[in-house]
Amino acid sequence: MSILVNENTTFIVQGITGREAVNLTRECLDYGKGAKVVGGVTPGRLGREVHGVPVFDTVAQAVAHHGSPIDGSVVTVPPAFTKDAVFEAIENGIKLIVIVTERIPRRDVAQMVELATLRGARIIGPNCLGIIVPDVVKMGGIGGPAKDAAKSYTPGSVGVISRSGGMTTEMSSTLTAAGLGQSTAVSIGGDAIIGSSYAELMPLFEADEQTEAIVIYTEPGGRMEAELAKWVTDNNSRLPIVAFMAGRFMDEMPGMSFGHAGTIVEGKEDTATEKIARLAEAGIVVAEEIAEIPELVKQAIAKRKG
Amino acid sequence: MRFFEYEAREIVKRAGIPVTDFGFTRDAAEAKEIAARIGGPTVIKSQVLSGGRMKAGGVQFADTPEEAQTHAENVLKLEINGQMPRGILVDPKADIDQEFYVGVVWDGTAKQPVIIFSPVGGIDIEQVAEEQPDKVGRRHFSNILPFSDYIAKEVIASTGVTGSDLNKLVPIVTKLAKLFVEKDMTLAEINPLGKLKDGSFVALDAHMDMENEARGRHKALLADLGVADEETREAREATPFEIAGEAVDAMDHRGVAGNVTEFDGNLGLVIGAGGGSLTLFDAVRAQGGDPANYCEIGGNPSVNKACGLAKLVLQKPGVDKIAVMMSIVSNTRVDIVARGVIKACLELDMDPAEKIAIFRIPGAWEDEGFLILDKYGVEYADRSVSLHEAARRAVEKIGAAA
Repeated sequence: MSILVNENTTFIVQGITGREAVNLTRECLDYGKGAKVVGGVTPGRLGREVHGVPVFDTVAQAVAHHGSPIDGSVVTVPPAFTKDAVFEAIENGIKLIVIVTERIPRRDVAQMVELATLRGARIIGPNCLGIIVPDVVKMGGIGGPAKDAAKSYTPGSVGVISRSGGMTTEMSSTLTAAGLGQSTAVSIGGDAIIGSSYAELMPLFEADEQTEAIVIYTEPGGRMEAELAKWVTDNNSRLPIVAFMAGRFMDEMPGMSFGHAGTIVEGKEDTATEKIARLAEAGIVVAEEIAEIPELVKQAIAKRKG
Repeated sequence: MRFFEYEAREIVKRAGIPVTDFGFTRDAAEAKEIAARIGGPTVIKSQVLSGGRMKAGGVQFADTPEEAQTHAENVLKLEINGQMPRGILVDPKADIDQEFYVGVVWDGTAKQPVIIFSPVGGIDIEQVAEEQPDKVGRRHFSNILPFSDYIAKEVIASTGVTGSDLNKLVPIVTKLAKLFVEKDMTLAEINPLGKLKDGSFVALDAHMDMENEARGRHKALLADLGVADEETREAREATPFEIAGEAVDAMDHRGVAGNVTEFDGNLGLVIGAGGGSLTLFDAVRAQGGDPANYCEIGGNPSVNKACGLAKLVLQKPGVDKIAVMMSIVSNTRVDIVARGVIKACLELDMDPAEKIAIFRIPGAWEDEGFLILDKYGVEYADRSVSLHEAARRAVEKIGAAA
């Protein structure tokens, strides 16, 4: 099985006529069993098509055309319009929203996330590449064109959660090369406030029989790792976790932001050193290099089974 | 983006929160005039973005306007943690009965703003939270529902404050919470919030941080305060090298080739993307390498932009070689980056095979990219070579060269 999406998931692309969105649509249609992209939305472009996908002015038109509720949306509109697009998706019954757009102010993100929570919807991102279930479906630009994604991702038992889109693929490719496939890989986004954190995705992986271990990519900034460590301890999780922490050099440079908007180190709890200690306390193995991850995962799975 | 205290106080004032009759100046003689206008004892405060002003001697007390001028002259010359002051703030020395604390920050876990209030102010709130936890109130509030006074009332009352103090504090805390949201702050703090002998409240210091991504929404405010577009207000001022990096990134709108930070090593880095750059910078240092810079490539930049970035790094004094490395790319094209960095070498009359220690970018259009690299004899690696192994090879080469 998988989490969040499967071969039957229907979704739309908001901002579908943008250059990157056109590519993303092509990639999703081509990958695995072929995503069910049932429509696109760009205001004023009703009646057009993008790779055979009908374009609408509104989400409501797309839902009406589809004739039944649509499961998801990939949002690729510019930052100033993202909040409106996401509100529109949520209020039209969409339950899974992947926000690709970066540089959205926190106030807007927090409003979108709060509305989603009220309506029982889930947001992945912003500033993320989306979700991939190897050989089945991808929702978002994750892994790139279908033929490239196929090189990096293979089906298997490792769940991947990453604050960096590129590193989701780098880690998955390393796992694949070592014979470890992935159940689902999720790029959760690099911003200070995101729709779904590690701890918020863990219950889904916990309930997924295919998943036997989790690999996470993490960075300085924020309290997300502490939240994960707490979740793992409180819930006595069956899943071993292997973490990789990038940006260790930032500990020497408080107040500077590198890589992603969320990485600015504001307090001691935000530093790489502190996070590694917290993760370790919760029994989460922290790898020094990406190349070590497959072996650590194999050991961790063997230990749980043994 | 952090504001200076004098700007933060102005923002607080505009929100309708009472402030003292302070004045800002860059000139000691004017400080005397301000002190004379205020009448009575004053405080001269250095305007730097760094903490630890008091310890460094950047806060001085004056009884007369003449004394204010002397202090102003000294404080204006005083460097604090590597920063020269922007100017000085001349403040009436208020007759304080009690100091309170109020701040609003984002809670990334709850994904809501949180008000922090304490009747123990004037010192670090973290210290109060540790030593007197019952004196610190916290209250989250909705991003969607309009802010209502009772929220402020609840957080104040939770710390044991009641009576007329409570009723006078509610509008101040409410205004600060609204200001935090409306002005896209990541931190809005008044510390201390002073209770004067007459029972009224006044903001005695303020600290504001605005989210960079939201600056475009507050152009009028920033213009009023005299904050220029190019002022990044990072922990340290941008170096000329870093400013040149921004210029490269601004060449066109395709992708990113910038976010340059200067270091003083001999190995130039042309790296990406966000997470890949963080990983690679760590990897180079873990292998004993000495990076000349940090940077990021991503989102499929043009050949010109990749070339511009590589040229900038290649020309940096002390750089012997560059390492061109990224995590597996799906959007950025390998061949475009390869073209860019080779073009940079050729335009600078340098041999790409000698100057590029390693090229490790696997992913989209890699076969086309590797063909170009082959032609110029540049050592490259595909995804079978890890990021750390690529960093090791680059460091080894530069070690051999030095």
